[in-house]
Amino acid sequence: MMQHEKKHEKLIMDGHEVARALTRIAHEILERNKGVKGLALVGIRTGGVHLAHRLAKRIQSIEGGTVPIGDLDITLYRDDLALRKDQPVIRKTAIPFNISDLKVVLVDDVLFTGRTIRAAMDGLIDLGRPAEIQLAVLVDRGHRQLPIKATYIGKNIPTSRDENVQVFLEEEGEEDRVVILNGGAP
Amino acid sequence: MSLKQKDLTTIATLTPDEIMLILETADSFKEVSGREIKKVPALRGKTVVNFFFEPSTRTRTSFELAAKRLSADVINFSPSSSSVVKGETLLDTARNIEAMQADIIVLRHQAAGAAETLARGVKSSVINAGDGWHEHPTQALLDLFTMREKHPTFKGLTVAIVGDIAHSRVARSNIYALTKMGAEVRAVGPPTMIPAFLDRLGATVHYDMDEALRGVDVIMMLRLQLERQGRALFPTIREYSRLYGLTADRVRLANAGAMIMHPGPINRGVEIAPDVADSFSSVILDQVTNGVAVRMAVLYLLAGAN
Amino acid sequence: MTILITGGRVIDPGRLDGPAEVLIENGKVAAVGQNLLAAASRDKGSVTVVDATGKLVLPGFVDLHVHFREPGFEYKETIATGGASAVAGGFTSVCCMPNTNPVNDSQSVTEFMLEKARAAGNCSVFPVGAITKGSEGKELAEIGDLRRAGCVAISDDGRPVMNSMVMRRAMEYALAFDMPVIDHCEDLHLSEGGCMNEGLVSTELGLAGIPAAAEDVMVARNIALAELTGARLHLAHVSTAGSVRMVREAKARGIRVTAEACPHHFSLTEEAVRGFNTLAKMNPPLRAWQDVQAIKEGLADGTIDVIATDHAPHAGQDKQREFSDAPFGIVGLETALPLTLALVEEGVLTLAQAVAKLTSEPAKAFSLAKGSLAPGADADLVIVDQQQGWEVDPSRFRSKSKNTPFAGWKVKGLVLRTFVAGRVVYESA
Repeated sequence: MMQHEKKHEKLIMDGHEVARALTRIAHEILERNKGVKGLALVGIRTGGVHLAHRLAKRIQSIEGGTVPIGDLDITLYRDDLALRKDQPVIRKTAIPFNISDLKVVLVDDVLFTGRTIRAAMDGLIDLGRPAEIQLAVLVDRGHRQLPIKATYIGKNIPTSRDENVQVFLEEEGEEDRVVILNGGAP
Repeated sequence: MSLKQKDLTTIATLTPDEIMLILETADSFKEVSGREIKKVPALRGKTVVNFFFEPSTRTRTSFELAAKRLSADVINFSPSSSSVVKGETLLDTARNIEAMQADIIVLRHQAAGAAETLARGVKSSVINAGDGWHEHPTQALLDLFTMREKHPTFKGLTVAIVGDIAHSRVARSNIYALTKMGAEVRAVGPPTMIPAFLDRLGATVHYDMDEALRGVDVIMMLRLQLERQGRALFPTIREYSRLYGLTADRVRLANAGAMIMHPGPINRGVEIAPDVADSFSSVILDQVTNGVAVRMAVLYLLAGAN
Repeated sequence: MTILITGGRVIDPGRLDGPAEVLIENGKVAAVGQNLLAAASRDKGSVTVVDATGKLVLPGFVDLHVHFREPGFEYKETIATGGASAVAGGFTSVCCMPNTNPVNDSQSVTEFMLEKARAAGNCSVFPVGAITKGSEGKELAEIGDLRRAGCVAISDDGRPVMNSMVMRRAMEYALAFDMPVIDHCEDLHLSEGGCMNEGLVSTELGLAGIPAAAEDVMVARNIALAELTGARLHLAHVSTAGSVRMVREAKARGIRVTAEACPHHFSLTEEAVRGFNTLAKMNPPLRAWQDVQAIKEGLADGTIDVIATDHAPHAGQDKQREFSDAPFGIVGLETALPLTLALVEEGVLTLAQAVAKLTSEPAKAFSLAKGSLAPGADADLVIVDQQQGWEVDPSRFRSKSKNTPFAGWKVKGLVLRTFVAGRVVYESA
């Protein structure tokens, strides 16, 4: 089945490119925030969580010190909840620190319509009042439906609206890569 | 993922997977209840009606809080405050409520089967918040949730339920839920309070409390309905309390660290000795907190089934 | 008016079972036999011939237990609508229970009922009078008056006489008129608050149970009193294995006891209540599988003499309630025949036995001059297609009420035509 899917993928970033992009973003985060003081990373479940952990590791190895990391489940903040036939499974939000007055970097894998980020920001603000919210994404594929812009971007990928961009990560048992799958949404 | 059914009127029709889904969803909602802003917009725009024919501040408040934390609009109806008049059937009243575009009706009623009858008659989802002696599904789910926080698996867990099993919806729902999840259930009480063929529901029947408590992980005490005295179910409260009251000595018969649970409110000195009641008050408070999380989960999952 | 029914299989219990013609003259059975047409035409001129080839020709059925609700609850049923329901089910004689409002404990109520029945003109109505005034179980009703007005038996129906002394006196007193005393056997203390059989299902549903013992202890008491007094005891709607056992033993000892069973008690078990189905709520309640088996055995060996419907109409809104608050009872007249024939199909009863339990046996139990096709008898009869299948559709019932648990059942055995005193009172569409 995996083999079959690969045949229909168009590779956008391989493992090396993913790694390089993350390293660059880690540097950019440190540069913009002038170090790790008052900084926190919050990954959006599920892809963003893994990327947040990788970024934290890079930031710590560059700068030393520790950056608090949290996981955010945005399910309850989705704007299509009332429209769906089936309720999505809820995962736990685990942000074991007070986000108030921190500079929070939200981390996600793909930035598309912006609706997930809108939900994530609502979710964050229900948890406290951060000093600043920034956004780091591995891929920005365009087609925004809300006025949202990423602070850090791994790679801009021009896509058509019905294409399906997928980020595969080792943490989920895949080879690191970003692809466009044919045949629209899965 | 959602519950397949429109309503939650009974534990009997839930599968073990569905019970787990509710408990796991409740895990996430418990986190929400621990936040400073204890509110998420998941049920924004939905209307939940609490329809309580029997007074029950605890259960009603728990559902109300759960619905409000999900951002639903909540309306409370009780026969004294609503237009429920003699002669108007439950169904008539419910249809009126449904006409207010209620998405979910939470029903507490003195008649067994009231929730099921209502569910057949309305399009809204119906949650049974206790129907006569029949069931109280969310109570059992929150009891399981509370047990699971200490005992992650139900297989191998031994639970004693002590008291008036025959007239207890809490006992019935717990017996259904626990046996489905693979726990061993011992029903303990005087023979007058053990209903016919209870063993066929998967519980073992015990009349001797001391014997029944040996080796249990959880002791669930039921509230004795004091008004049942004089109906020949037991001679005196004094004798009942001596035979089936939970004392410190009896707690020691159970496994070390056994959980003591009670759906509340407690008759101190009747089914539970005062010192025992004090020593486990924290679990009762846990049950209250967990009740909100479990009810949030049920409301959320049913909203998707609608 | 002369009618000749030809080509059918005539079953006249104890007298005939085979192909025969039935000749009806002036509302009476004139003759049952072969080649009656020539003689009839010669004597009478015009003869209406009804072809019943391949069909059963039976005496009209006799139901010892119906509730026609009039006076008092006409929104549920009237004597006219109940009668229409009866003849649609093949019943040409019914015994109306006294739990009306007012209770039938007086000549005037009895006469009122008979007058309504004459006006309706569909089936023969035999009122059953109350045992005690107002069915309150305290003072005897004027049983002699009730008898004279037309009551054929006495019963306090759903409010059984709990005081054994009162019951003893009623039995003794009724001896003077040779009237059967009917008891709805239920110990009201044992059944208090109960709304279904006490058993696994009541435990699962959390409903208060009515134990089989609530019936058994009263059956035992009544048999003892019948033995003491020598009265004619008739046990209504026997539902438990214990009752069957005790009646069997009492009959063996020569006690004058007869018993009836209802189609729902041999067709359904307590399982039908699941889902809090108020259409499966009746009193006595649907029992366990073993009880149903015992009822069937009792029917087969003659312990249970009679099949009666306990036709108990309730309006839709009465039944659309919480289970514990809904009234007991179901309509039964229009489903009794196919449910009884199912026992024949199952091999529990022979066809002749089944017919006897609907006709001659009930007539005998209450000494009614009905249930037979003997020459000179009222020409009450029914033509039945034993093999015709149909689906129970309550909306087509003649009864005012539709409360049946058998809706949607695919059954066999259709009433084609019903005659009362030689007049066609029902014809299937």
